[in-house]
Amino acid sequence: MEYLNMIFEETYKILFLLVPVLVSVAMIVWLDRRVWAFVQKRQGPNVVGPFGLLQSLADALKYIFKEIIIPASSNKIIFILAPIITMTLALIAWAVIPFSETYVLANINVGILYIFAVSSLGVYGIIMGGWASNSKYPFLGSIRSAAQMVSYEVSIGIIIINVLLCVGSLNLTDIVIAQENMWFVIPLFPMFIIFFISALAETNRPPFDLPEAEAELVAGYQTEYSGMMYAMFWLGEYANILLMCALGSILFLGGWLSPIDLYPFNLIPSAFWLIFKILFLFILFALVKAIVPRYRYDQLMRLGWKIFLPLSLIYVVLTASYLFYFNLLPTI
Amino acid sequence: MIAHAIFFYVFSIIAVISAIMVTVSKNTVHSVFFLILDFISISCLFIMIGAEFLGMIMLIVYVGAVAVLFLFVVMMLNVAQQKNQWFVSKDNSGHIPVGLIISSIIFFELIIVVGGWKYKPELSNVSNFQISNDISNTHSLGQILYTDYIHIFQISGMILLIAMIGAIVLTFRQREGVKKQSYIKQISRERSEGIEVLEVSSNKGVKIDD
Repeated sequence: MEYLNMIFEETYKILFLLVPVLVSVAMIVWLDRRVWAFVQKRQGPNVVGPFGLLQSLADALKYIFKEIIIPASSNKIIFILAPIITMTLALIAWAVIPFSETYVLANINVGILYIFAVSSLGVYGIIMGGWASNSKYPFLGSIRSAAQMVSYEVSIGIIIINVLLCVGSLNLTDIVIAQENMWFVIPLFPMFIIFFISALAETNRPPFDLPEAEAELVAGYQTEYSGMMYAMFWLGEYANILLMCALGSILFLGGWLSPIDLYPFNLIPSAFWLIFKILFLFILFALVKAIVPRYRYDQLMRLGWKIFLPLSLIYVVLTASYLFYFNLLPTI
Repeated sequence: MIAHAIFFYVFSIIAVISAIMVTVSKNTVHSVFFLILDFISISCLFIMIGAEFLGMIMLIVYVGAVAVLFLFVVMMLNVAQQKNQWFVSKDNSGHIPVGLIISSIIFFELIIVVGGWKYKPELSNVSNFQISNDISNTHSLGQILYTDYIHIFQISGMILLIAMIGAIVLTFRQREGVKKQSYIKQISRERSEGIEVLEVSSNKGVKIDD
């Protein structure tokens, strides 16, 4: 009975986190298209519901009622597993995101490593989808994407080390609390820029959307997918983008902390600030999508390995020596 | 404790079965996926004994990087086509005796090593040793690695670095006739260099140097 109660309680908590995440993923797709349209002086989706807010719902309905086509020569188990894995991995990472000092599903010691590990597993959904389709374009797309995600993960890892040097803990709550006096975006501003660009590459967003470059690869690893399975890839992708925005706001923009610690701002619940920062970063993502042309593949690899990796390594040395010289290293 | 035990058995059964499936499964790509499942369940076991840092590093390094490379190699070589027929087909059966000899040698070596293993007399006390909860295992690992074992740690880093450089040197080759781009040259191009206005008289044409 005790176990049952515990399981119910946990399920309730998980649903309370996952349902908002899924709804906001749907809303964020709408926001993305709207921002994209406004930059290009179009209207974007504005027909279904007020301001077109229900557009994603209509899309979801359409996807649900479409037939799922599984290619005859595909590897069926892996073909079906791929979108499931993408979506699951995109959602389980939300377990450790702290929305306030107390409201966090799992406050684990190695939270940042957990997010890093889950996002490094994200590449499997894409490789599996591309390989199991047993078709040329998906395979090419998945190989590109895997190489891209693995390379940009390295620089994201080193940027995270920069932040960890200032915090002295792998716990996400500790990381946010360490920013009470100054957000890390100020001392680590170059790292924030590199993190933002690496996050674009990591989530296969334009200008780094080479895995699905429609002019070259039809739709990359998603070519053979249809109906709900395609929608799951899509949902997973956007949940990953939101996750990267959340990670960016926790690492650099002070997570749930309010920008001004004065009376009227104190009253606003802390979760609002995190959501506000996530939205801010996401609008930046959408703007970048609208205004930057796609990179060529060799340029992308050069940017990752020859510019971002050395820069972030140099910054690690700088941060470490600064902290050591001025005796600012965090104590345990 | 019961839930703990249940989870332990679930993860260890998955680990053992997927380890067996790595060798048994006919499709090589499937066996790489079973290897990944094995890694994941092992890292879950690490987390269950409280070594969360090791578990996460296991996920990041082995699953996130090493197994991706495995998958790449297996998918690119398309070994799946060969199936797993060398047990059955006659022309390849020469592998079997050699393999048997090597595996039996390894087996006996393992028996010798494990059988002759001497435990420290204090070992039985170690299992009763209280692990303090106020220091996270990331901190404790760091404190051991960078103090008592600093030389071994640095040397292993050096060995990895040498292996990396060696791999790059071995595979790096400069090919002739590959067109490369100079980014500085591309960015610093001016309009005056790119465009040339010429007077073209009719029926003559013009010769542009390339």
